[in-house]
Amino acid sequence: MTDTELRQAGTPAAAKGTATAPDGAAGRPARPVKRRRRFGPDTTKGTVAKIVLLGLVDALAVYVLMMLFLSESWGALAVSSAVVLAINWIYLRKGGLPAKYLAPGVLFLLVFQVFVVMFSGYIAFTNYGDGHNSTKNDAIAAIQLTAQKRVPDSPAYKAAVLAKDNSFYLLFTDPDGKVSLGNTETPLEEISDAGTDSTGKANAVDGYRTLNFQEIVANQQSILAIMVPVSDDPADGTLRTADGSNAYQFKPALTYDDAADTFTDTETGTVYQDNGKGAFAASNGDTLTTGWKIDVGMENFVRAFTDPSLRGPLLGVILWTFTFAIASVALTFAMGLSLAMTFNREDLRGKKIYRILMILPYAFPAFLSGLVWSGILNPQFGWLNQTLLGGATIGWLTDPILAKISVLVVNLWLGFPYMFLVCTGALQSLPTELDEAARMDGAGPWRVFRSIKLPLLLVSIAPLLISSFAFNFNNFNVIFMLTGGGPRFADTDRDIGATDILITLVYKVAFGQGTGRDYGLASALAIIIFIIVATVSAISFKQTKALEDVNS
Amino acid sequence: MNGSASGTVSPTTAPADVDDTTTGHSATGHTTVQDLKAMARRRPFGVWFKDKGWRHLVGITVTLFAIFPLLYVLSAAFNSTGTLVGSNALFSRIDFGNFTALFNDPSRPYARWFVNTMVVGTVTSAATVFLGAMAAYAFSRMRFKGRRIGLLSLLLLQMFPQLLAVVAIFLLLSGISEVIPALGLGSQLGLIMVYLGGALGVNTYLMYGFFNTVPQSLDEAAKIDGASHTQIFFGIIMRLVTPILAVVGLLSFIGISGEFVIASVVLTDPDSQTLAVGLYSFVAQQRSENWGVFAAGAVIAAVPVMALFLFLQRYIVSGLTQGSVKG
Repeated sequence: MTDTELRQAGTPAAAKGTATAPDGAAGRPARPVKRRRRFGPDTTKGTVAKIVLLGLVDALAVYVLMMLFLSESWGALAVSSAVVLAINWIYLRKGGLPAKYLAPGVLFLLVFQVFVVMFSGYIAFTNYGDGHNSTKNDAIAAIQLTAQKRVPDSPAYKAAVLAKDNSFYLLFTDPDGKVSLGNTETPLEEISDAGTDSTGKANAVDGYRTLNFQEIVANQQSILAIMVPVSDDPADGTLRTADGSNAYQFKPALTYDDAADTFTDTETGTVYQDNGKGAFAASNGDTLTTGWKIDVGMENFVRAFTDPSLRGPLLGVILWTFTFAIASVALTFAMGLSLAMTFNREDLRGKKIYRILMILPYAFPAFLSGLVWSGILNPQFGWLNQTLLGGATIGWLTDPILAKISVLVVNLWLGFPYMFLVCTGALQSLPTELDEAARMDGAGPWRVFRSIKLPLLLVSIAPLLISSFAFNFNNFNVIFMLTGGGPRFADTDRDIGATDILITLVYKVAFGQGTGRDYGLASALAIIIFIIVATVSAISFKQTKALEDVNS
Repeated sequence: MNGSASGTVSPTTAPADVDDTTTGHSATGHTTVQDLKAMARRRPFGVWFKDKGWRHLVGITVTLFAIFPLLYVLSAAFNSTGTLVGSNALFSRIDFGNFTALFNDPSRPYARWFVNTMVVGTVTSAATVFLGAMAAYAFSRMRFKGRRIGLLSLLLLQMFPQLLAVVAIFLLLSGISEVIPALGLGSQLGLIMVYLGGALGVNTYLMYGFFNTVPQSLDEAAKIDGASHTQIFFGIIMRLVTPILAVVGLLSFIGISGEFVIASVVLTDPDSQTLAVGLYSFVAQQRSENWGVFAAGAVIAAVPVMALFLFLQRYIVSGLTQGSVKG
């Protein structure tokens, strides 16, 4: 219902009133349709604040749009312009009050939650990752630049490193004494008035500063990266220096044939062709390392369940993810509930102190807990082995089974206070008459608990157990900080271990150290998590609805 | 605890009586008036234990389990031996060596991490509360097309945490940083924007339930007086729902300050990192050598969060149970 409708609803319109009723009944219990009174007029202060805020937003928007225009990202520019127009329309028009309150939150939600999820869905169907992170044209240019070999029998140049405006230049003296200057961006240019040293090597040019040896060493990386094109044609090769004093002419080891869309190795004559999988491949299957991003369809999903180095570990990880999530919920709930029952006595001394001390783990930052426990449980130096067990060497974090148990215990430590708090609250809201009535009928304490308290508790707690499951299903911090997913499986060369859950695997596949980044596969795994969590929540929420109906 | 003293041997009651009451207690009735009098004066240990003592036993055991790791890290923080092994003898020495070392290492800008965490956490949670409250106000006080769908989609969306889309977030931000570096990879502003994407999903529903408990008649009265919607929102509703605002703000602050996955991907430069990312990278390589300094850092990182938590404990507990009972 818009603002104008709201206003009309204040006047007799009975038809409008009935139209609102089902809408109103959706969120909360149905109640008689009331005549709604209109809001008062905006205050001057409010109007001024609105104009100032909208002005700031628009100023920022104009800057963003300009940057988008300059970088020629037309798609993003179109979308952003539409968003800016929509924002202005929402806040400048007269009606549409709900939209004014919802717009900021919804905007962030749409971009950083809804859009990124859909984007993940798209990435899952590409080969995006290390070696496949750009377009084909970029890949071709990159291959031409990087695959370089020294031109056989080419002359040796003497070189000096110069600097101007924070960028480095190379000054070459060829064997005939001809001097030229350039860097990666600036093509070679002949210099006639260069200063030379005693050996005839040019080492100074007006307007440039010559680097000394220490400076060359300090800036080694950027100097090594300078490749001065010999001419406009990249196939002619470049001049490069390895030490800052000698330079050689390098030529692409691979030449690109535009018409045939192939690379040819200049030495062996091997022809690399577009293999349709985002890379150039030779007939014997060798591929060039730099490829480009293409859509691969279901391949990431297929690979996850068929690639021998991935299938076994992945199934293990999925199984453990479920085990971990279910066991965590069960253990924390069992412990929280027993504690809540134990301390659900008005007249127990020190109840408050117990309570505060027991919820401390919940207040302690979760990422620190994992790290602290990893110290306590450290097999070599940890407190548990060294002090409590007198120098034992039990692999609490290195044995697959023990590591799993350790993870569960630590997660119990982290999670039981929450369940304790929640169960205490729920227990206290239970009607005591039922309890008494059951006792009158001769039910023992266990029977009262099992047949009366537990079912009633579950009605209010079940949704929380489901969200707790969903949370633990993706409980990245405790696993990653405690074991890092380890100990690693022996039957794969990938970085996958016995305590890895799906989300830590996603992280490692996408951003892991040492192994190449594979965004496509990581997104495919994330999509699998999405599907699992959605299915489980849908089923279990249906179940709890049933539970509620049974009880009420 | 006073029970154990009275339970050893109570000189006032006859030993035989003690045996009788302990064995025959659990069913109710058979005690005589004299027995009852005796019990009222000083209850035998067995009875006390069966009724309450075991609760204390459970309480002490669980408390030890709960606070031991905290004591351990506290002890390690004040023990400048610094290694993991050296930290094993709890509270064997107490000095501030680790704390001075913590703040004097340029390769590990702990003070920066701390400030970064506070800035990112505070800005994000304040904005989260504000955005969530605005949305909850709209859902609770206005009727519009798509209201029901909106509420349901929020409920659904909160099932899927943002960290699942971490790859897409990384690629989106790296795209943004090519156009506007100030909002892209490596920028805390970009990270805050990403976090705000989750602002509505988690909190609106909780706040919505709470907003509904504020009587509509208050709004109506204000409207008769000619109050505008902003005046009602800021002047009436926001003041009456302060507890839930505190809960949401605190929970999101705790959540954000401990968030690792997205922060580690977005914040690459050590100077811009948060505590979670910085402390992890610091301890990940050489866990046992850097242990003492890490523990000191952990203590300082945990103290503000824990203090806030305990200070607002009552609100949080009511928020948690309300969230659950009202769903």
